[in-house]
Amino acid sequence: MSDPGTMILLALLLPVVGAFGVLLLRNNPNTRETATLIAGALTFVQVWRIYGLVRAGETPTLHLLEVVPGVDLSFTVEPLGMVFALVAGFLWPITSLYAIGYMRGHHEENQTRFFFFFAISIAGALGIAFSGNLFTLFVFYEFLTFCTVPLVTHHQSEEAKRSGRIYLGILLTTSIGLQLVAIIWTWVLAGRLDFVEGGILAGTASTGILGAILVLYVYGVGKAAVMPFHRWLPAAMVAPTPVSALLHAVAVVKAGVFTVLKVAVYVFGIDLLQDLATADFLAWAAAATIILGSLVAFSKDNLKARLAYSTISQLSYIVLGAMLANEMGIIGGGMHIAMHAFGKITLFFAAGAIMVAAHEKKISRMHGLGRTMPITFGAFLVGSLSIIGLPPAGGSWSKWFLGLGTLEAEQVGLLGVLMLSSLLGLYYLLEVPVKAFFFAPVEDDGHHDDHGHHGDHGDGHDPSAFVYGSMREAPLPSLIAICVTALATVGLFLWPDLFYDLMTMAVGR
Amino acid sequence: MSQNLPALLIVVPMILAPLAALVGRWRAAWVVALGASWWAFGCAMVLLQRVRADGVIHYSLGGWAAPTGIEYRIDLASAFVAVIVTTIAAIAVPYARTSIQQELSDDRGGLFYAAFILSMTGLLGIAITGDVFNVFVFLEISSLSAYSMIAVGRDRRALTAAYQYLIMGSVGASFIVIGIGLLYVTTGTLGMMDLAQRIPEVMASGQGDRTLAVAFTFLTVGITLKLALFPLHLWLPNAYTYAPSAVTAFMASTSTKVSVYLLLRFFFTIFGEAFSFGEMRLNMVLMPLALVSILAMSLVAIYQENIKRLLAFSSVAQIGYMILGISFGSVLGVTAGILHLFNHALMKGALFMAMGCVMYRVGSVRLDRMAGLGREMPWTMAAFVGGGLSMIGVPLTVGFVSKWYLVQAALEQDRWLVAALVMVGSLMALIYIWKVVEVAYFQRRDPEDSVQEAPLSLLIPTWVLVAASFWFGIDGTTTAEVATQAAQTLLGVMP
Repeated sequence: MSDPGTMILLALLLPVVGAFGVLLLRNNPNTRETATLIAGALTFVQVWRIYGLVRAGETPTLHLLEVVPGVDLSFTVEPLGMVFALVAGFLWPITSLYAIGYMRGHHEENQTRFFFFFAISIAGALGIAFSGNLFTLFVFYEFLTFCTVPLVTHHQSEEAKRSGRIYLGILLTTSIGLQLVAIIWTWVLAGRLDFVEGGILAGTASTGILGAILVLYVYGVGKAAVMPFHRWLPAAMVAPTPVSALLHAVAVVKAGVFTVLKVAVYVFGIDLLQDLATADFLAWAAAATIILGSLVAFSKDNLKARLAYSTISQLSYIVLGAMLANEMGIIGGGMHIAMHAFGKITLFFAAGAIMVAAHEKKISRMHGLGRTMPITFGAFLVGSLSIIGLPPAGGSWSKWFLGLGTLEAEQVGLLGVLMLSSLLGLYYLLEVPVKAFFFAPVEDDGHHDDHGHHGDHGDGHDPSAFVYGSMREAPLPSLIAICVTALATVGLFLWPDLFYDLMTMAVGR
Repeated sequence: MSQNLPALLIVVPMILAPLAALVGRWRAAWVVALGASWWAFGCAMVLLQRVRADGVIHYSLGGWAAPTGIEYRIDLASAFVAVIVTTIAAIAVPYARTSIQQELSDDRGGLFYAAFILSMTGLLGIAITGDVFNVFVFLEISSLSAYSMIAVGRDRRALTAAYQYLIMGSVGASFIVIGIGLLYVTTGTLGMMDLAQRIPEVMASGQGDRTLAVAFTFLTVGITLKLALFPLHLWLPNAYTYAPSAVTAFMASTSTKVSVYLLLRFFFTIFGEAFSFGEMRLNMVLMPLALVSILAMSLVAIYQENIKRLLAFSSVAQIGYMILGISFGSVLGVTAGILHLFNHALMKGALFMAMGCVMYRVGSVRLDRMAGLGREMPWTMAAFVGGGLSMIGVPLTVGFVSKWYLVQAALEQDRWLVAALVMVGSLMALIYIWKVVEVAYFQRRDPEDSVQEAPLSLLIPTWVLVAASFWFGIDGTTTAEVATQAAQTLLGVMP
């Protein structure tokens, strides 16, 4: 049990066991959800134990098998992967708790299938975090793509079908068409695929070719949503909100930017990146995505769509951090994986809670809702602050280091981009709680944007809703989850050391 | 007895074939076919083991040494192809029991199984013989029985499909026999090893080198017709679409593969790499054809409404991958080609068998009749998705292993465009597989048209192939090693 290899295996298998537990207990929703929660808690305990080893300076490894001669399926936990694993491992049980309230409050169908694939996806995300070489990473990357398709297309409607096409189309086109070519090219040049401090590609080919490979990697990781390969993210918002929350603010998108960081640090190495002209180009491509994403977010009245474009913009912060090719940029990027995850999941939770409790999706119709849903909108405020990068929320630290990174790279222009984007965020995110708290309610014309099947529940007579005084909030499990992530966002401002220490280990300081 | 194993591999099924025809009745003929295929499977596995351990097996028929008599010569490539053929046969016969009976008229059972055994025997013969005229004989045995197996399908269009195949196949066979004749004229021998020795001598002497070039051309065209390389593939889609399900699954996985093997044999063992690629510049012809094949046929596949036809076009595209690998003329490339013989046999066999299950229950494999099957026939459609993942080349499936080697071979020679086009082909596979998934999983079935899951006797063989396509994708070391060694032997590069 305490052998590092076994610990990794357990962390990967527990969600799978949980998934099949869900399948077995499908006839009794309460025990079924208990299985999810227990599996989630146990997985997190396991991830935390592995963290103990990593903090002590060990690198737990697990060699599973050889797939083709020279290429292994193997796992190595290093500090950067630990950051991602901690985030995914902690937020899964929380999101499950949220999902219980949401899925019931929203009367979704096929909940067993939902919880099954949800758990499987977490195994995929942890596999990416712990992967010991590019091949293993690619295996779990694709695994995650495929097992999230049933979640994205959950409603099996025409719209879901269209979104499924976009989702699979973009993610597979980029990963097979670009990323896989880059991986095989790396194998042909370097003769190895494992992650090594300082990189494996230095000196294997001319900087022109290596620069081309870098471009293939960054655009090939479609999950990082660097424009123009970002369309899948808004498309995937057709999924139930817990899916959007965990997978499209945490697991899937973070798997993407995590891959970019990992490739930058352990395949190319900071020194080599500095010599590549394309790194500069990619940094500016990311900067363009940051600004354009923010601008599009501005124009969206649908709350989930706005959050989706905000995510696209924020993801490119991390890509930018990687392409700055200095320690500060990497530290900032790695910390932003965690900080953005907590902030954005709070925002998505809140958006879902508004949909369940007040049946609103449009921001323009949320005026005055803050009076009946103070907790939800309060949490939204905290999440927004974190995304913008203001105290007292965790996001301020990662943005601080990213800013330092741009200065160290002597890229004042990029610093300007970061500032401008924060200003834009200030407007498009804070607009929501401000209007909810201070604006008078819009007149009810009897139209409720009810998102689907059960229009008769539109008047808040839902027995699962949490009612206290004049408050009418989302069901209790969801409310607890919102509070936990909002508090964690503040907590990360006060105690960011956990992730900071890991990132300094990752850059070898 | 064990020294005679190469002969027994051929002779035992050859004797069992007429027996199957004689007993006539369904059940009895099936048992005979089962015996023949499992016997051959056992022999092929033992032979593969023996070749891996001790090297090339030479076996002189009747004790007459080559070049006087006919020699069976089994190297790694032969044994590997024999294993592919017999594996698929051993799985297809149990599958055929349920599916064929429904698709054929009652009195033809014995004849069908006799044809099946003969076809398998012919394919095995091509794989292990060391004599080029013997190759032609076995080729005709397997082709003639294949024509008749297609023609027995209940769909009347099967007759025209079989006739089309008969004409085209015979043209190919004539080309091959002309090529062999020209070889005999210039070198005076038919043994493969003898030919390999004499051809460089003839070339050096300067007399008859033009005849050799003509022979080479006839053989190339004839064999590429048999293996359905674009644009000589016209017989294939109809034949695969209208043949009975079990026949399609068997043929798609074996017959074109054996022709690819034959191509390898002629290019590398008999003419030698220097002649084929240096003198004749084969790669200049094969590489563009292979690429067009991959892209154009995948594109055509996307627009098919009949799924068996879709898979048939996809097969032509997949043959393009094998030929592409060969056209690199490098160890890595040929390895990729040989690997894909095996890998494609597994995945395409699984896909055609899944369609056979649909045919059995629904009575059609048209896309519009497959709505909602994901719910009604969950295991069948899951098998289809499993095979489909391999077609796309998702990691941990066999399709990925093939692609891994193929792209590596392209990048090794700095052919970036080719590598990119291979990936485009994979993505087109994604489109045509997803098309089926959408209909099966996103549309609801008319309740009046409700169907049951296919019987276990069909599902188990299907899933054996699906499982194998994952198994050899997760642990591809053995197949990759065998393919690499086979490629090294063919190219004369010693490890």
